[in-house]
Amino acid sequence: MTEISPQPAFAPLKPDRPVGIIGYGAYVPQYRLPASEVARIWKGGRAATPIKEKAVAGLDEDVATMAIEAARNALKRAGIPGDHLRAVWVGSESHPYAVKPTSTLVAEAIGAVPHVQAADWEFACKAGTEALVASMGLVGSGMARYAMAIGADTAQGRPGDELEFTAASGAAAYIVGPAEEALAVIEASFSYVTDTPDFWRRPEQKFPMHGQRFTGEPAYFKHIIAAAQHLMKATGMTAQDFRYAVFHQPNTKFPQRVAGMLGFTPEQIKPGLLSPVIGNTYAAAALIGLAATLDVAQPDDRILVVSFGSGAGSDAFILHVTEAITQRQNRAPTTQTYIARRVEIDYGTYVRFRGKLAS
Amino acid sequence: MEIPRHWRLRQQRYALVGEVCPHCEEKIFPPRDVCPYCGNEAKTQFTFSGRGTVFSFTTLTEAPAGFEQTAPYTVALVKLEEGPVVTAQLTDLGDRPVEIGMPVEMVTRKIRAEDEERGVIIYGYKFRPVLTETQ
Repeated sequence: MTEISPQPAFAPLKPDRPVGIIGYGAYVPQYRLPASEVARIWKGGRAATPIKEKAVAGLDEDVATMAIEAARNALKRAGIPGDHLRAVWVGSESHPYAVKPTSTLVAEAIGAVPHVQAADWEFACKAGTEALVASMGLVGSGMARYAMAIGADTAQGRPGDELEFTAASGAAAYIVGPAEEALAVIEASFSYVTDTPDFWRRPEQKFPMHGQRFTGEPAYFKHIIAAAQHLMKATGMTAQDFRYAVFHQPNTKFPQRVAGMLGFTPEQIKPGLLSPVIGNTYAAAALIGLAATLDVAQPDDRILVVSFGSGAGSDAFILHVTEAITQRQNRAPTTQTYIARRVEIDYGTYVRFRGKLAS
Repeated sequence: MEIPRHWRLRQQRYALVGEVCPHCEEKIFPPRDVCPYCGNEAKTQFTFSGRGTVFSFTTLTEAPAGFEQTAPYTVALVKLEEGPVVTAQLTDLGDRPVEIGMPVEMVTRKIRAEDEERGVIIYGYKFRPVLTETQ
């Protein structure tokens, strides 16, 4: 009989072969809906708004088109052609089709087909980071040299719901490869998952439901803190060992509060805290925040990234930036370049763009 | 339903994949397997950079069938930096006026759906004003 050796409890995820990020790319659509517009229509103009404004996809944009642009930016930074990828994985809760993968379309557009793994991932706002963990496994095992993980969403919010202030659009793509080629080595990862019904959308429903205050303490805070604390403890690190930290950002307050609870300063989360000006980009949120942080990072910086997906779970990663970052940052448009490209829209235009008109 | 046609054209539509003539080295778009410049066979694939300038343009308010949902929109002749001129929609214009000679870059966007709710979604190239870098 084969003896099964038990896995040590709470061991962080570390592949046999060290891996890292060799290219990354973000995309934020240009349209901005000020939160004051939602307040004007639904709250008589008097409401404390959770963010300043959110990014909204245009009429000809969806998860596939945004993922394609983020993926192209990641390939430019990595300096590899699309056909070097052995996986193209897209995490989202707003895939354009219920059945027919977004990933094959993205893979085709970036020239990654046909010798490639392709699939769509779903885990609310952490579908993209789950694909990133899987990419670490595929590359870390030696099955692939390069794998791409994308988080992208055109998030939905019922008209008048709290979510309508924040539910935004964006995408970010990451190429995982061997550590020796990395602009940031992924030193370790850790995930924390429970069955927690804080937010959901049933089949064929256009808009999600959520558990109001239940989304905070037992969902967002519990999972992010557990994943981050376990990972830092297992690797012997504290908040002071990191130059930057990025947390999932459904609004402005939650990431600020969770950062404080974990011992991080406002300066450490500053470059990656984008929710005030682009909203909650769901599966892209933590990953766009990381892209903006990598845009300003320097060799030897350590970055903690923790996503959160409703339902619920968190993936935490420790990144160690290498010398390679400096040549790659400007090979593609920075995240701030996309954020600076801003066209303000009113609620009426927003309703048309998001297909919320009843015909 | 024109699924086979859209499927056949997906590479050129998604990523501006054309051809380069192995004889006279002219770049060809759309691909046609015979060089329009020297008449020889040309089947070597070539992916265009996507950069170009507006050669001419017009704005449509009365859109043809299938394109009503995005009207009004601007269609341009875009002269690619490698030579060929392509017809495509301009996108992400915002309030910006279009000018002849304006530098543009290719993006892959939704063109239309075969049927708004149920049909296959057609994606393809459009052009937008070149992004302005901020540091």
